[in-house]
Amino acid sequence: MTDATLDNAPNAFVRRETLAQQPAPLSVAGPVAWIRSNLFSSPLGTVLTLVSLYIVIVGVEDLVRFYILDAVWTGANREACLADKIGRPVGACWPYVVDRFQYFVYGSYPVSQRWRVNIVFVMFALGVVWLLWNKAPLKKLGAFFFFIILPLSGFILLLGGATAEGLLRNLLLLSAALAVLYAVVSFVPSLAFWTPAPLLAAEREASPWQRFYRPKRLILMALVVFGLIAVIQQQLGLPRVDTGLWGGMTVTFLISAVGIVFSLPLGVVLALGRRSRLPIIQLLSVIFIEFVRGVPLITVLFMANTMLPLFVPQEYSPDRLLRPLIGVAVFASAYMAEVIRGGLQAIPKGQFEGAMSLGLGYGQMMRLIILPQALRIVIPGIVNTFIGLFKDTTLVAIVGIFDFLNTIQATLVDPTWATPTTRTTGYAFAAIFYFLCCWGMSRYSIAVEKRLAAGQRR
Amino acid sequence: MSSIPTETVSPGKASLFYDPKIRGYVYQIVLLLVVGFLIWSAASNVIENLRAQKIASGFGFWHNAAGFDVNQKLIPFSASGSTYGQAFFVGLLNTLLVAALGIVLATIIGFSVGVARLSSNWIIAKLAMIYVEVIRNIPLLLQLFFWYNAVLKPLPDARNSISLPGGIYLNNRGIIFPNPQFAPAFEWVVIAFLIGIAGSIAFYIWARGQQAKTGKQYPNGWVAFGLVIGMPLIVFLLAGQPLSFEYPQQGRFNLTGGLQIFPEFVALLVGLSTYTAGFIAEVVRAGILAVSKGQTEAANALGLRSGPTLKLVVVPQAMRVIIPPLTSQYLNLVKNSSLAVAIGYPDLTQVFMGTVLNQTGQAVEMVSITMGVYLTISLVTSFAMNIYNKRMALVER
Repeated sequence: MTDATLDNAPNAFVRRETLAQQPAPLSVAGPVAWIRSNLFSSPLGTVLTLVSLYIVIVGVEDLVRFYILDAVWTGANREACLADKIGRPVGACWPYVVDRFQYFVYGSYPVSQRWRVNIVFVMFALGVVWLLWNKAPLKKLGAFFFFIILPLSGFILLLGGATAEGLLRNLLLLSAALAVLYAVVSFVPSLAFWTPAPLLAAEREASPWQRFYRPKRLILMALVVFGLIAVIQQQLGLPRVDTGLWGGMTVTFLISAVGIVFSLPLGVVLALGRRSRLPIIQLLSVIFIEFVRGVPLITVLFMANTMLPLFVPQEYSPDRLLRPLIGVAVFASAYMAEVIRGGLQAIPKGQFEGAMSLGLGYGQMMRLIILPQALRIVIPGIVNTFIGLFKDTTLVAIVGIFDFLNTIQATLVDPTWATPTTRTTGYAFAAIFYFLCCWGMSRYSIAVEKRLAAGQRR
Repeated sequence: MSSIPTETVSPGKASLFYDPKIRGYVYQIVLLLVVGFLIWSAASNVIENLRAQKIASGFGFWHNAAGFDVNQKLIPFSASGSTYGQAFFVGLLNTLLVAALGIVLATIIGFSVGVARLSSNWIIAKLAMIYVEVIRNIPLLLQLFFWYNAVLKPLPDARNSISLPGGIYLNNRGIIFPNPQFAPAFEWVVIAFLIGIAGSIAFYIWARGQQAKTGKQYPNGWVAFGLVIGMPLIVFLLAGQPLSFEYPQQGRFNLTGGLQIFPEFVALLVGLSTYTAGFIAEVVRAGILAVSKGQTEAANALGLRSGPTLKLVVVPQAMRVIIPPLTSQYLNLVKNSSLAVAIGYPDLTQVFMGTVLNQTGQAVEMVSITMGVYLTISLVTSFAMNIYNKRMALVER
């Protein structure tokens, strides 16, 4: 039916124009309808809503009163937080946290040397952002920085003393030697006897800076970072700080960083071992993974603490802090291996067959085809494992390491700030710290998951 | 392309060096040698070090006198007359006790919160979400410290105990319940209870057979309730109420009598069950969401009401998704119960890896025994899980 026939229709009751749209009735749209369907949908729902509203109001009021309204914000010692001294009910005692904040961050690390910890913190943050921020350039260089440069320079900066100095000198020599070798080979490509002839011809065409593209930046970065540390060491000196003095968030981050840096490569090796067709390799991987996953972390830490010194000759007895670090790294690698195995299993068989039909060997196939895809899809799983690892670092307190939680425990018995509310304040501060870290990481992992699923979205 | 040579290259005899089979053998032999060497050198170092430190080895300590006391014990144990072997069982039973109760509580809380997160009631769903987020993002150890040091420790001392209805007292030494005293005739009640359970299972099987044959439904729930609760109750009354309570008495300095539950146990139980419940809630939510909406709609189209739809259609399918991760949460709870060591609850780790290890110095034996127990629990559970999974797996073409 066309418009013309409508216009000519004889019947007066046929409407000629469209009515203006009416708003939806109040019972199905708008705030009232929302409240009715989401809060008061049934008698039981109404009761539940009222009860939970009451709980929320009472709970929030108590929390706000204790941690904000009644809280003490300034003061020099416990006198400021005692109800009978200041003549009003006292909530949280925040000056205690302010006063002890340095201790919570650095532990007993000497005050004059804390800038070293700060440098490592900055490097750590840089490495994390580099690896996790999607748009950051040069990811491979970032991985090299995070997994090789950062642990070495962190060790040198935090520990200091003769050991670190010797290591630093060797590292500098090594990177300098590599740089010289690299420069020579770039200018005289015919010296590079391992390069096949066609590639060599192409190299000759390019300008020296473009030749041998790949390891150039890695060597340069190692040279710059270790050189800077050497300059710092010459100018300011890096006296030894014993690991017994390390503490607070420094140790918490240290353990988590060591955990992730070692567990990821170990996890990859174990996961590949578990998927291997060679029976002995597979069996050993399975035994290791299932054994570690079957026991609590505390027993692994106790084992590291009491049995590691027995396993090695007495003169090599590991440092008190090194033992739980090894324990955590071993523990985390088993869980990481299972996550990565999940990723390997998700790669379709065609990828393996395609790689093999191109003539790639096992190592090349894994390195170039399989692992890049497998690791990418398990990033959320890796982050979730890391959240677990981060929470589990608190357990080192049980074997006497002063991580963040243990520094809080230690200040609670200090008479300077002994008040009835100190404990609650300290725990609240710790809870906020851990919550923000873990929650932030889980948000990140959800965001990655969404991005990875973008291809499947309709 | 004519430049490609057409004649095939005959596959010459590849050198042994490139034979994948030979290479595989070589890799495995090398790995075995390396692992063997590591174990051998570790073992010889252990022997060397133990000799240097004059520490005994072997399991002879098992029958030595323990010389320490444990506050919570399910079997008789005393500092004077008991051995390390008995200490092991005290610790093991305490671990199993807190784990079993924790699993029950965590399941109840976790399922409620998981269902609440999917509730159409906005405020309930948001509250459940906040619970899950807060609980899961704070380390368990901090939560245990909170429950033990910040909630239970500041309770008044025994002289100023808080009196709760039912003769229950609350103070910083724990919760003191009236101690039930069972008369000999109480055995009949227990027997009636067991018969009730057996009877209701038998009735359920019979009723299912009847339903399959005739389509008639029987009130299984009511029959079971009557058999399991009602029958023992009648026996209890008939036998002349063979149960009395010994109420705790408020003395001058302390409470005497009653059944004391230690604050370490309460803190660990509450901490473990609320923590694990946060994870179980997520498992449950994922399981329910995994059942597609079409299943509910199809059940409704068949004329099932919401109750039977849940019971017969949604829950069985959700359980298939829920149970495997649920078991691993249970295992986590068992493993996490070793955090007892931080608040001094005498579980296996605290008693054996802590006290006994410190007294004897025999690290190798203590660590391997303790790890062996947890490992056995884990392996047995995952073995059972595999069997269950095989039975529950979807049977497809």
